[in-house]
Amino acid sequence: MNFKIAIASGKGGTGKTFVASNLFYTLWQKGYRVTLLDCDAEAPNAQIFFKAPLTLLKDVKQKVPTLDEAHCVYCGKCYEYCNYNAIFFVRPLKVIQIMEDLCHGCGACTEACTYKAISEKDIVLGQISTYSIDTHATLIETRMKVGVYSPVPVIKAGIHEAQANAIVIMDAPPGTSCPFIQTVSAADYIILVAEPTPFGLSDLRQSVETLRTMHKAFGVIINRTGLGNDDIRAYITSENINLLMSIPFERAIATTYSRGELYAASDSRMEKSFYELFLNINTLNKHGNSGHQR
Amino acid sequence: MKIAITSTGNTLNEVLDERFGRCAFFVIYDTEKKTTEFLQNPHAEADSGAGPAAVQFIAERGVSKIISGEFGFKIKSLLDSLKIQMIVIKEPNRKINEIIKMLNL
Repeated sequence: MNFKIAIASGKGGTGKTFVASNLFYTLWQKGYRVTLLDCDAEAPNAQIFFKAPLTLLKDVKQKVPTLDEAHCVYCGKCYEYCNYNAIFFVRPLKVIQIMEDLCHGCGACTEACTYKAISEKDIVLGQISTYSIDTHATLIETRMKVGVYSPVPVIKAGIHEAQANAIVIMDAPPGTSCPFIQTVSAADYIILVAEPTPFGLSDLRQSVETLRTMHKAFGVIINRTGLGNDDIRAYITSENINLLMSIPFERAIATTYSRGELYAASDSRMEKSFYELFLNINTLNKHGNSGHQR
Repeated sequence: MKIAITSTGNTLNEVLDERFGRCAFFVIYDTEKKTTEFLQNPHAEADSGAGPAAVQFIAERGVSKIISGEFGFKIKSLLDSLKIQMIVIKEPNRKINEIIKMLNL
């Protein structure tokens, strides 16, 4: 089996990591070969819930150009080749500077230079850490370096690291921008975790619209039911979206989570619910039918 | 001396554009000849690097001062290296002709 499930939300703090860590724990306990991939490279936190040794640490690198002005003739060809305004060039003043922050590492400028003025060096964008929890349970964390512009290359590297693994639970970054897109585009199925508040509904709509544009199969978990109002249920029904699970707004769940513990480990009903959720989406995935209108 | 001002439009009655890199127009004011020239910002809609591209655009036109509402943090070192002075005006409703008047006081 090779099955990638992304847990995403739009709004932050709706319970992505709660669902991801508990679903991962449940499958591990059931004997599945499973990986938890923390794709929230800007603020990874899944590692809090699992005490495990670090078995592999990889730097995520990117090539950036370096300029040797002694060989530069200020022809401007590298500047013309750059699609990202990463080469700052003022011809009349003979000023040229490489803006590493804007560089995407495509190598076009190196190709453009026929005077050997441009060479390449590596810069570190972040790290991929692999923790071995058990013989068949692995945690992979993506973590970008402070000051780096985009977490996307680090997320990509994390996805690549987990590529061959059997079941991968991906804890997605919040929002619906590039880091979210990068994560969900690699997934076979997406679980959207939403809370029943006006803000929660507004961001759920955005996530749903984005996933429909991408033709991705998804369903929704409502977290903290009993809070807010019923608008989110009405929306899910009217849009013909799969409601996968409802998690009640309970003090015991919050207390356990805030201690850095897994609720499914202390409540067998919760573990059962997560297992049924998995069997349900696994069936949907096998039949290639997400049960919602596209 | 040439001074660039970021403008929301292409007449002297338009107001200052608060954004530097993504401003609509640059007004190039020549303090000796008292002439103004309006140039559309070709990089206003750039995916990335609009700021450095804007610095380049005005530097090529021999500007030594730039007036805007806000500059991104990649900009200062570039302007310093080109010896272009950065002037921030925190009055978004200032018209271009009023700013030019202030320059002539």
